[in-house]
Amino acid sequence: MEIKLSDAFSPGPTPTFEQSARESLSDSQLRRNLGKATQTIRRKRAIAVEEMPDWEELREAGRVLKERVLRHLDTYLLQLEDSVTRAGGKVHWARNADEANKIIAGIAKDHGSEEVVKVKSIATDETKLNEYLEGEGIHAFETDLAELIIQLAGETSSHILVPAIHKNRAEIQELFKAKLGKESLSDEPSDLTEAARLYLREKFLGAKVGISGANFAVAETGTICVVESEGNGRMCTTLPPVLVTLMGIEKVIPTWRDFEVFMQLLPRSSTAERMNPYTSFWTGVSEGDGPQEFHLVLMDNGRTDVLADEIGRQALNCIRCSACLNVCPVYERTGGHAYNSVYPGPIGAILTPQLVGVGDPGPDSLPYASSLCGACYQVCPVKINIPQVLVHLRGKVVRHKQDRGGPREKLDPENIAMQTVAKVFSDQELYERAQKFARIGQWPLVRGGSIGRLPGRLAGWTSVRDLKPVPEQSFREWWRQNRGTG
Amino acid sequence: MGNLGYEGGGAATVGVALFITCFNDTLFPETGRATVEVLERLGVEVDFPQAQTCCGQMHFNTGYQREAIPLVRRFVDVFDGYDAVVAPSGSCVSMVRELYPMAADLAGDQRLAERIEAFVPRVFELSEFLVKKLGITDVGAHYPHRVTYHPTCHSLRMLKVGDAPLELLRSVRGIDLVELSEAEECCGFGGTFAVKNADTSAAMLSDKLRRILDTEAEVCTAGDNSCLMHIGGGLNRLRAGVGTVHLAQILASQTGEA
Repeated sequence: MEIKLSDAFSPGPTPTFEQSARESLSDSQLRRNLGKATQTIRRKRAIAVEEMPDWEELREAGRVLKERVLRHLDTYLLQLEDSVTRAGGKVHWARNADEANKIIAGIAKDHGSEEVVKVKSIATDETKLNEYLEGEGIHAFETDLAELIIQLAGETSSHILVPAIHKNRAEIQELFKAKLGKESLSDEPSDLTEAARLYLREKFLGAKVGISGANFAVAETGTICVVESEGNGRMCTTLPPVLVTLMGIEKVIPTWRDFEVFMQLLPRSSTAERMNPYTSFWTGVSEGDGPQEFHLVLMDNGRTDVLADEIGRQALNCIRCSACLNVCPVYERTGGHAYNSVYPGPIGAILTPQLVGVGDPGPDSLPYASSLCGACYQVCPVKINIPQVLVHLRGKVVRHKQDRGGPREKLDPENIAMQTVAKVFSDQELYERAQKFARIGQWPLVRGGSIGRLPGRLAGWTSVRDLKPVPEQSFREWWRQNRGTG
Repeated sequence: MGNLGYEGGGAATVGVALFITCFNDTLFPETGRATVEVLERLGVEVDFPQAQTCCGQMHFNTGYQREAIPLVRRFVDVFDGYDAVVAPSGSCVSMVRELYPMAADLAGDQRLAERIEAFVPRVFELSEFLVKKLGITDVGAHYPHRVTYHPTCHSLRMLKVGDAPLELLRSVRGIDLVELSEAEECCGFGGTFAVKNADTSAAMLSDKLRRILDTEAEVCTAGDNSCLMHIGGGLNRLRAGVGTVHLAQILASQTGEA
């Protein structure tokens, strides 16, 4: 499979979903790996959720809490800054990815650190922090097993929770043999994790700076929370003397008590566990215990633009559980790389184009990467109506092309066809005439009672499907014949 | 929703407007005829407002939403006077019930929004109208064939018709109803998705076809001819010898043919 390091959050254009999907769909190993992984986690999630009698109430509570956060985001962020500062931490504000990267590199340089250890963080993937640090002479070591795998392979994440979901253990065995200098290594998961553990332990003990993202940050207390499974997060947030957390501004929650809701929703939705193995909380710094310097970087990077969109803003409710990816029939088949974004799957399809803005063919294609089947909405623990946002964003994409596009967009055959058909549907007489015309006009295409090949953009239909010809009599003609015109 | 003054089985005079959908009107008139037959057999008086054209779903869901607004207005004008509107399509009904309010917001038309709010609870998909509104599961059908049922996404997840179609099918005489595995997974149609993302759509279809063929059914049925045209188009291309028939046609069948 082709390795891509540039995505919607990198400078320059990215391929469209259709282009990238075509490539990944033909990768039979990928199809098998993904099909197996998503079907397993999907089944387990259903069981974990079913045992909760108040699941629907919890989802509603999660939605309401997140909406409150968005309604009063300014207030909660200032409260968070105040709480973190009082607890001995330092808060930095970053308008965009570049500012965030500069702040973090500056902190690492201040401590003369050439190596940093990282907890899995999508926010840092979004800012391309690792590449930026590398340019500043600082090497960032990913410590989450799956993140380590893709870092060693020189690839990008294909899933927000399981970044190496596209790889099976035989592929990982080969990678570790080559990159970790292990000559004899089985493909047993325990052997593979042991190899990673030995490699990482040195890094944990040596690094002066740890970098994390945040699942939640409590405005009331200034507590940051990271939810994880491997313990690498706990190592990164406790061993190095300096800790830097980068978080998107939407991750703030009002009170400590809100964990009651989110800690029930998140593990069951993401890993199908009643409780995840490691949940780390820290509040500023504590003398003689853990890092003695703590920095919190609060990043906008397009989020306030999303907030300004009344329908689209619900994408900011996301708690990054990945249930929507695991249940999505499109994601299951194309995998995450087809989305060309650090946020793949249904949530990525609504988040990416909003964060980077409409008007670029790559991100603009993402709202169309869905059959609108609604499976994502059904599982979302904070009830993000993803299909609704997808449809809303399709509207924005089309309006942008029509109002701001050049002649090429305006003369696009799809645009012209849609305008024409809309006019036809607006008038009974034109509509009935079009029905008759279709019946007559189709004759060159009909072979042996079905249509096997359509012209132009419609050819996609007949690539794998026949089409039934338009029958001799429409329903309305039958009705008139039998019931009269009254 | 009690404005029909009608609760549970038996014959009564109920009037409905048939919302045929442009798709069925043009491509699947037999589904429309079957819908009329089933409703009239149950004593429902059917009217067909001829000014109806298209609900605007294709335009709206593809992003041509300004273009869909006149179609939304037209639809409301044509059907607003009826106590109940019934369509043999979960997808088109969910457009009306779920997305018309969004269309009115986009149009910035408060009056239209109010009309839609009052109107949409009276629009029903056929199986939910029969089972949930009329309280009827046995419509007197006879269909001695091996059949598997694909629950379409919009009827399942937007309209939440639940088991209504299956309850109707289980009451059909002579039917050999076989369960479809991973039935609730999308078939890959998705309107213009099938053309815009033809490759992904085909990948989803191939898994659906494999599961249908595994049932050894003669016929795959569903409440939406759009999904069935996609599934049937794939089966036909494979010369699989398995047909697709809309639920309404099985319910209308008394001779064993549909």
